[in-house]
Amino acid sequence: MTTSDQHIDELMDQYPPKPEYLIGLLQDIQDQQGYISYGAMLLASEHTKVPLSQAYSVATFYQSFRLDPPGEHEIKVCLGTACHLNGGQQLVDGLSRKLQIEPGETTDDMMFTLSTVNCVGACAIAPVAVVDENYHAGATMQKLEREMRKVIDLSSDKIMGEPNA
Amino acid sequence: MHNQSSALQQGPCRLESLDDLNKFREQLERNIDPDHPEIVVCHGTGCLASGGEAVSNAIQATLDASGIKAKVIPGIKTTGCQGFCSRGPLVLIRPQGIFYQRVKPKDVGEIIEKTIVQGEIINRLLYKDPQTGEKIIHEEEIPFYKYQDRKVLHNIGKIDPTNLYDSIMAGGYQALAKALTTMTPEQVVQEVELSGLRGRGGAGFPAGRKWRSALLAIEKKGRPVYVVVNGDEGDPGAFMDRTIMEGDPHAVLEGLILGAYALGATEGFLYVRAEYPLAIKHLGIAMEQARAHGLLGKNILNSGFSFDVRINRGAGAFVCGESTALFTSIEGKPGNPKPKYVRSVEEGLWGRPTVLNNVETWANIPLIIDKGGDWYKKIGVSHSTGTKVFSLVGKVNNVGLVEVPMGLPLSDIVEKIGGGVPGGAPFKAVQTGGPSGGCIPYSLKDTAVDFDSLTEAGSMMGSGAMIVMDDTDCVVDLARYFLRFLEEESCGKCMPCRFGLSRMREILDGFSEGRGTQADIDDLISLSKAIQDGALCALGSSAPNPVLTTIRYFKEEYLAHLEDQNCPAGVCKALITFQIDPEACNGCTSCARKCPVGCISGGKKEPHTISADECIKCGICKESCKFDAVRII
Ligand SMILES: Cc1cc2nc3c(=O)[nH]c(=O)nc-3n(C[C@H](O)[C@H](O)[C@H](O)COP(=O)(O)O)c2cc1C
Ligand code: FES
Ligand code: FES
Repeated sequence: MTTSDQHIDELMDQYPPKPEYLIGLLQDIQDQQGYISYGAMLLASEHTKVPLSQAYSVATFYQSFRLDPPGEHEIKVCLGTACHLNGGQQLVDGLSRKLQIEPGETTDDMMFTLSTVNCVGACAIAPVAVVDENYHAGATMQKLEREMRKVIDLSSDKIMGEPNA
Repeated sequence: MHNQSSALQQGPCRLESLDDLNKFREQLERNIDPDHPEIVVCHGTGCLASGGEAVSNAIQATLDASGIKAKVIPGIKTTGCQGFCSRGPLVLIRPQGIFYQRVKPKDVGEIIEKTIVQGEIINRLLYKDPQTGEKIIHEEEIPFYKYQDRKVLHNIGKIDPTNLYDSIMAGGYQALAKALTTMTPEQVVQEVELSGLRGRGGAGFPAGRKWRSALLAIEKKGRPVYVVVNGDEGDPGAFMDRTIMEGDPHAVLEGLILGAYALGATEGFLYVRAEYPLAIKHLGIAMEQARAHGLLGKNILNSGFSFDVRINRGAGAFVCGESTALFTSIEGKPGNPKPKYVRSVEEGLWGRPTVLNNVETWANIPLIIDKGGDWYKKIGVSHSTGTKVFSLVGKVNNVGLVEVPMGLPLSDIVEKIGGGVPGGAPFKAVQTGGPSGGCIPYSLKDTAVDFDSLTEAGSMMGSGAMIVMDDTDCVVDLARYFLRFLEEESCGKCMPCRFGLSRMREILDGFSEGRGTQADIDDLISLSKAIQDGALCALGSSAPNPVLTTIRYFKEEYLAHLEDQNCPAGVCKALITFQIDPEACNGCTSCARKCPVGCISGGKKEPHTISADECIKCGICKESCKFDAVRII
């Protein structure tokens, strides 16, 4: 058993083995591992007694589930109404051009995943972008590029800081 | 933090009766000095995004450091969203009620030294009325707050939402204790019926009538019955429910427990949008605290009534806000709606009788039980009683969350509370009701904001989003935006919604690219009718509303797109060009350096030009120009 399977086992212990807990379990798995691998899906479907095909039908119906590993950092741009009217789409286009990926994709170096969201409830400070867990009010391309450089620096510091990494 | 310490030291105690709750509250209040200075920092999602946590950390650090000359050390309190997020991070000094906005960590030392120690006001941090230019010191004098009537939001911004004692001191669980000790379940239902409360989630169905039908269904089918909170807040551009769940989670919980008591439910569910992590966290904390104090769980307040609740996180599907889809989602399946003839009060979760109400609806229940249905129905207008919370966003000076009595003229909300459009021009339209709603033009600015008047104007109340548009917003683009949103969110189960919305969006794409024809407008209208009649659930059947109201009130703007190949608002990319005004450009080169395709030329200190053939209209030049020299024509 791999360590990630062990972690999933621990998560499964918190949920009774019933179909109604599939979504909650998948959410916890994704929170912990960043995405839902085939192996994780197999374990979750067995645990909640939902056939694998139906578990996939659930995971693909809901937008928030990810079936591929995400990049190290996630940039989420809000495309809710308030953000749309304040230029949210321009941010997505700009980031897309900068990172050379479409929304939903991850850069080849696995550094950034670009995604969009329909309102994070901070409409009064639109347009909003969320980089990792940090919300950015009144986001502009310039601010986001600065933020991207910052997280890249942080990542390289981390790698350099770990001996023998 | 400061004021709760003595109460907290006693550890959790189970409250056993109304009397117990009252005594406990009095004891908490005795430990509080209302005149004790307190620094309140907003920790709602908006203020956290603009740096609220750094501000409260700086305050704590400054207070912890020795050498403060204040006679009394102020307490610090962090609260939920105070509604004025556009001015965040907000800091309030109590008891004076001094309101500081856009506070940075570097301002903190001065706030403590000047305002706390010497009682001086720091002018720079005050709110400046954009209409009069006047600086305002006190929260309650700011027009944004002055003209509101905060009932559901009453505690938000006053209490620490993670502290049950704060909530109890503000009257929390009083209504529950009253109902459990002095009212029968039937009386609770009657009070809600009497109040005239209509559901705040969109359709405006009378809550009392829904509860009554659930009781009838229970007579036929027996229990269990479930009570469910709809915290999905799917409308993309609204944050009323987030604010309530984050800022006063106990109110939602108390409302739900009251509903459970009225209907005899032992199990309930909170279905909360996954994009609201803070709301989920605060509700979770509130549930734990309520359980520990005998306000939730087994034998609540020793009344013999037991009820517990579970949180389900949504997983990013708009359609799951719809009742039948929400139930299938709680059951762990894809959220596909069921046909309209299935009545969810009779056949809801796991086929059982179920009452689903919106967050704000539930948060109104404690008020109604505490003060009475008679009191409640005097607020607002006869067929729309009570207050409604709106999220007022878009091109308006005071962006934020507002609560007003039903029936107020639209212009009061936008102009008095919202302070009008920046620059002083009249607004172009107000979009209400989100993707299922419509646009109300300036000519109807006196429309009363209640369920029926908004529907009459062709729009709807929806969940309470209000998006103010000005001349730089294009109605064709907005209609296309909502259609694309719904097209993506359609579950795909029924034909009219799956194909109809795509076709309508394609037609609107044509308009935004200057390819529309007169016949297209007729097609949009006939497709709308077909979808309204044929769609399985209200996602589809209400989807044409934004298109229909914009055609009704702004037909000339559609015609400009097709006849003149012109987008008057300067939004639709295919119909605009970016140009630099040589008079305004001083050749700073900033735009040329930032242009991602390098299509801007011009020497230093000389007017620049944009090559229209290469320009991708990304808008970065306009964003970066400090001299406002980039024009859209
Ligand atoms: C597509 C669609 C999405 C909906 N989304 C929400 C929502 O996010 N929140 C909500 O409270 N009601 C939503 N509703 C309305 C619910 O179906 C339901 O009427 C409401 O939750 C009942 O509560 P109320 O009577 O208190 O308003 C939605 C309806 C439809 C058709
Ligand atoms: S629209 Fe972007 S946060 Fe609500
Ligand atoms: S988050 Fe502070 S006012 Fe809304």
